[in-house]
Amino acid sequence: MDLAIDATGLRKRFGRTDVLAGLDLTVAAGTVFALLGPNGAGKTTTINILTTLVRPDEGTARVAGFDVVAAADEVKRRIALTGQSAAVDEVLTATENLVMLGRLSGLSRRDASTRAAELAERFGLSDAASRCVGTYSGGMRRRLDLALSLVVDVPVIFLDEPTTGLDTRSRQELWTLIRTLADAGTTVFLTTQYLEEADRLADRIAVLDGGRIAAEGTADELKARIGGDVVELRSHDGGLLRELPTDGSVHGLRAAIDELDRTPAAAAEGVQVTIRRPSLDDVFLAITAGGGTSDRTRDLIETK
Amino acid sequence: MTTLTATRPRLRGFTAESTFITRSLIHSIRDVEALLMAVVLPVMLMLMFTFIFGNAIDPSGGYVDYVVPGIILLCAGFGAASTAVAVSRDMTTGIIDRFRTMPLRSGAVLTGHVVASLARNLLATAVVVAAALLVGFRPSASFLDWVAAFAVIALYILAITYLFAAIGLAASSPDAASGYGFILLFLPYVSSAFVPVETMPEWLQWIADNQPITPVIETIRALLMGTPVGDSALWAIGWCVVIIAAAAIWGAWLFRRKAGRR
Repeated sequence: MDLAIDATGLRKRFGRTDVLAGLDLTVAAGTVFALLGPNGAGKTTTINILTTLVRPDEGTARVAGFDVVAAADEVKRRIALTGQSAAVDEVLTATENLVMLGRLSGLSRRDASTRAAELAERFGLSDAASRCVGTYSGGMRRRLDLALSLVVDVPVIFLDEPTTGLDTRSRQELWTLIRTLADAGTTVFLTTQYLEEADRLADRIAVLDGGRIAAEGTADELKARIGGDVVELRSHDGGLLRELPTDGSVHGLRAAIDELDRTPAAAAEGVQVTIRRPSLDDVFLAITAGGGTSDRTRDLIETK
Repeated sequence: MTTLTATRPRLRGFTAESTFITRSLIHSIRDVEALLMAVVLPVMLMLMFTFIFGNAIDPSGGYVDYVVPGIILLCAGFGAASTAVAVSRDMTTGIIDRFRTMPLRSGAVLTGHVVASLARNLLATAVVVAAALLVGFRPSASFLDWVAAFAVIALYILAITYLFAAIGLAASSPDAASGYGFILLFLPYVSSAFVPVETMPEWLQWIADNQPITPVIETIRALLMGTPVGDSALWAIGWCVVIIAAAAIWGAWLFRRKAGRR
């Protein structure tokens, strides 16, 4: 199996904080890998190291077979980065942005123009292609941002929180585009705070917590870690009052319901109990809270 | 089916630099207000000094010939200040990270800004010179003197632009960059640009005599008006070269340190 990314023992310290405390990860070529974590978990630092922007204090990383420190230029020839703040030139038009990136990527003037028109079409920007990017909506900027990463085919693409701040529709559009990219064989490394995003896009997911990988696997494997179903207590207007994971046994379910029965709010009018499969959210909270993965009780009132 | 072998083609020659120059020139042209300010403000300043202060400073009416070289220099500084803002904007948005994850010479983006600034400022200077001729500026310069004067002006623009580019790198935001730049724009007032240095208090004379603007102005004045040049030309070129070198070293250090650490 070819590894697109192979990082061992990455450490990075900014001032007094250890942003990365010995991070290991591998990503198989041609797969989509999601790095999941709360704000400040070190997601962007990981991307910055893998894209040669920042040197690790310790540890090594190879991207597309080349060391990110010793052979940074070779790595740069094989990657594209779509960063967190849209990396587009707001004064230029979409076409000018795309042509500029084409020229910087070694295309001739003519090839760069052809490619710009193709990408504008594919990313639904043709109508706006001759307008300054400053007038674009957030969704259009992100689409252009992603298009800029695809001006030439590179084997590994990094997306740092590609859909943060987008509305649902723009997010769905971007997901489709990223999926198409992955289906064509590009390795995609993305960071996200949204579990749904990781669930929808990624072949493998790693949860980053405290500068280390706290858990890794497919979405199903991670969900399986939490055990059985989750019992929820909801108020009459659908608000979540409390939820309890169970171990999947009849006994465990009964114990959970008994526990919910003791919740003062349970007696209120219209309160309902439902049972559901665990979501990645449950896994995420279970892992990043640092505790075990099952029979932990949590109050989730207003976590969103 | 997946391959890790696709790569970006290698860039030939100065493709990166010329692409960034094109980008910065488009920026200059699109920012109509900044472009207008770079031309209109020095012209207004010149008219103000010539028609309002001129007769009080030199009742014989020859002040316009004295002040124009200084105005030209002031104008050069004006347009260069926007380079600090442009560079700072690049550094604080994500676009610099995109460029830095591509196999490009790291200074290429800055080269784009500097060359665009040079073009912008030479254009503004030409407009100011034309306006000066209209209001009675009568230089005694030959064609070669003019060429030499423009060469000195270009060198000065390069020096101050590099300095502003480095300031743009050092500033924490585009607004801060524009603020720092403002301080530099005061230098021409404490020089021989508007009044002869001898008319200033003694302590100020020392500053005016030993700062870079004075020899540059005296050199331009000598070339255009035929005043004695003395060792001004040497000092002017020396100052400019030192400023360019210092700003380039400082800038390269800042660029490595700051990029990727937003």
